[in-house]
Amino acid sequence: MRSRWGSVLRTPVGVSAAALLAAVLLLAVLAPLVWSAEADAIDTGSILRGSSAEHSMGTDNLGRDIFARVMVATRLSVVLALVATSIGVLAGLVLGTAPLVLGARAGRIVTAAVNIAVAFPGLLLALFFAVIFGVGATGALLAIGFAIAPGFARLTQTLVARVAGLDFVAAARLAGVGRARLIVRHILPNIGEPLMVNATIAAGNTLLAFAGLSFLGLGVQPPAYDWGRLLGDGLGGIYIHPAAALAPGVAVVVAGLAFNLFGEAMAKGIGRQTAAVPVRRWRRPAATPVQRVPGPDAVLAVEGLRVSFPGPVTPVRGVGFTVRRGEAVGIVGESGSGKTLTALAIARLIEEPGEVSADRLQFLGKDLRIGSGPALRRLLGTSLAMVFQDPTTSFNPTRRMGRQLAEVAEVHQGLGRRPALARAVDRLRAVRIPAAERRARQFPHEFSGGMRQRAMIGMGLMGTPALIVADEPTTALDVTVQKQVLRLLERIRADDSVAILLISHDIAVVREVCDRVLVMYAGRIVEELPAADMHRLARHPYTRALLAAVPDMTTDRDRPLAAIPGRPADPTRLPVGCAFAPRCPLADEQCVREDPPLVADVLGHRVACWHADLVVGEPR
Amino acid sequence: MSELSFEDVTVRFGRLTAVDGVNLTVPDGTVVGLVGESGSGKSTLARAAVGLIRPSGGRILLDGRPLPRKTRPLQMVFQDPYSSLDPRMTVGDSVAEAIPRGAAAGRAARRAEVTRLLELVDLPPDRAGLYPVQLSGGQRQRVALARALAGRPEVIIADEITSALDVSIQGTVLNLVRDLQRRLRLSMLFISHNLAVVRYVSDIIAVMYLGRIVECGPADDVLLDPQHPYTRELLAAIPGTDAPVEAAVADTEPADPHHPPAGCRFHPRCPIGPLVHPDRRACLEIEPVAAGHRNGAACHFAADIVVRTDRHQPV
Repeated sequence: MRSRWGSVLRTPVGVSAAALLAAVLLLAVLAPLVWSAEADAIDTGSILRGSSAEHSMGTDNLGRDIFARVMVATRLSVVLALVATSIGVLAGLVLGTAPLVLGARAGRIVTAAVNIAVAFPGLLLALFFAVIFGVGATGALLAIGFAIAPGFARLTQTLVARVAGLDFVAAARLAGVGRARLIVRHILPNIGEPLMVNATIAAGNTLLAFAGLSFLGLGVQPPAYDWGRLLGDGLGGIYIHPAAALAPGVAVVVAGLAFNLFGEAMAKGIGRQTAAVPVRRWRRPAATPVQRVPGPDAVLAVEGLRVSFPGPVTPVRGVGFTVRRGEAVGIVGESGSGKTLTALAIARLIEEPGEVSADRLQFLGKDLRIGSGPALRRLLGTSLAMVFQDPTTSFNPTRRMGRQLAEVAEVHQGLGRRPALARAVDRLRAVRIPAAERRARQFPHEFSGGMRQRAMIGMGLMGTPALIVADEPTTALDVTVQKQVLRLLERIRADDSVAILLISHDIAVVREVCDRVLVMYAGRIVEELPAADMHRLARHPYTRALLAAVPDMTTDRDRPLAAIPGRPADPTRLPVGCAFAPRCPLADEQCVREDPPLVADVLGHRVACWHADLVVGEPR
Repeated sequence: MSELSFEDVTVRFGRLTAVDGVNLTVPDGTVVGLVGESGSGKSTLARAAVGLIRPSGGRILLDGRPLPRKTRPLQMVFQDPYSSLDPRMTVGDSVAEAIPRGAAAGRAARRAEVTRLLELVDLPPDRAGLYPVQLSGGQRQRVALARALAGRPEVIIADEITSALDVSIQGTVLNLVRDLQRRLRLSMLFISHNLAVVRYVSDIIAVMYLGRIVECGPADDVLLDPQHPYTRELLAAIPGTDAPVEAAVADTEPADPHHPPAGCRFHPRCPIGPLVHPDRRACLEIEPVAAGHRNGAACHFAADIVVRTDRHQPV
């Protein structure tokens, strides 16, 4: 919280805006004490004079010093703006939280009233109130205050609705927390920041609005005066001595700017909530000990793949593997293990400021590291298919499904509109979407989650893919639908010998589909082993712990599940040695000191652990 | 004694009937696992139980009596520990807030109670001063558990409490939940879409489909000898299970809760229903009842199911 305000002050705009605002507020406090006498001193000897040594901004029609009057007016102008803003914010808060306090039915009436008030122009509302409350400072104050209230009420309602929907509010209700306390303790603290930002900006606008009303004679009445009043008085003689009008004008602009700029700086500082990544020493990649030449049937060959982001963080640290034609390879890992970034790097989907480097990155014999021309795009577009986790966001919601699929064929295969659409329908049929012709004319929202995911696979099949990279393709789906999607992937693989790279946190899913499994931890592959016999063959303590920690349909219900102590490795704070060492029961000094290399045995089973042999000998 | 029972509970949101005449009992000191796909109404049932949603019909009873309004004998643990804790409150304050006024009077007593609760969920008491962002997902879920226990509940509703956690963390939370349930003799409604997880913690398993309970019985009975075709489908869908699939229903779509089918709600997907056996007209027209079938299976042809027990032994 404090650091966030600190970050506001660290930007150049933030610092200058804060300084300016502090100066304005200080002036509002001190100016009347310093200049009051001078501002009220009537000097009939020098009426309506221009600037001179004695009166830097000239004098008004009673010979009073304009500079002093502008300074003294700071207090009234700022106070009026702040009070009006407070009225607006308070009224807005009351109206905005009312639906929560009053319950559904009365709340709807309040919401409707606010909606009508929001649609009503603010200035008109102010004039309307000015008529009701009478011409004068009080009337203007209430007028402007209530004129900005509906906007705040709407903002508060929106923010409250978002926070009130979160589970912690439901949990507090269950704990017996009353409505008033719910608002004060749980809701307001969580909506405070955007409200403060908006209130600050509103204060600037209110200052301006007040100056406007006073200028028009609807605001502050003589003998009191604010900047708007001074501006109105001075404007008559602007051609004779412009300083009398310019001085209050400049004051309004400066104070307005101070509020608005500070509000903007706050909004920016608070909006940028992503935690700063602690700086970590850059380490050279550990040399990959096994440099294998990919066989002729390799669809994808990766060696020493690294993905890094400024910070610097390297969430993928030297990953190497091969996928052969028609083979299904799984990547298993927890969040933050780098499995998704690995997939994105292969499909060249890592965007700035991310950086990908690799000793080898070959897809169908072509080096993906060099060039980005149309030939490479076509190769990736037709031969590599990506399936993402969330099928709701992978399609454009405003275009028909058929057209979205057809686009692939139009762009990459140069097909015409009609044949492309025909192929799209054919592919939808291939992924077992019933009534494919009719479905092709529908929009994504008319598809169920499982159907969208199948359509996504269908899109990948528009070309003649050699590899399907599926990143958690079934995580958002129900188990029965998951089964359908996995069956579909298997069938495609069997029919056209398409290779599959399946990324999942769920070992059971990977084991069902894949031949080989790569286990990733903290950006490295820690083990590569056949999927069929994982329980028996797993040698890395992490793999074994994972297998034991996840209950399946044969887990002994009378014994506690194996627990992996600690928490998943934080890619921004990796130890020098083995990243799993802090959680590993076998860790010793060597593990803490040195990161174990990934070593292959005669069967091609790879493991990165200093104690892999120890694990094998141990009964579980 | 604390037995939670749902009697003919119905929850409607406008024209959508999310929970449709559910009868379910959570006996004293047992864990009832509730499984079903998204949109089946499991979470709605949970929220209705704790009073976050008002049922449109039916009664929710604790030991045969309506739920008291003053004390809170039912508490809930939510799915996402990242949104179920107030980010602006220390975890100690979050837990303290849930302690009933009468339970611990005075600052020191409340602090002692918070310490006791955090120790109960295996968290060092010095974590009380931390904010949720400083904790991992598993630790947050422990805090959420401690908060639920603060009200000294008799029944805990756990709604998908492990599905937002990393796999390596899941196990420890499941262990803790089971341990606490046994030690404190809590009754628990444990909701999950993951059958393996439900199997691990539950004594009784209830299966929900489109707002109805279609089967409910002792865990072993339901898993080893499923009576309803939907239960069978769920079991067959577990990765690693190689059950043959009836071609006619292999790629059917999950039903839309907004337009539930007439008759048996499962018939458009059912491998023993009218799609496979065209003569079974009853499924299209008559709503099956639970009474008279083993495990209360709501299926006209429940007895026709071939028992397959080859796969999931030993349980």
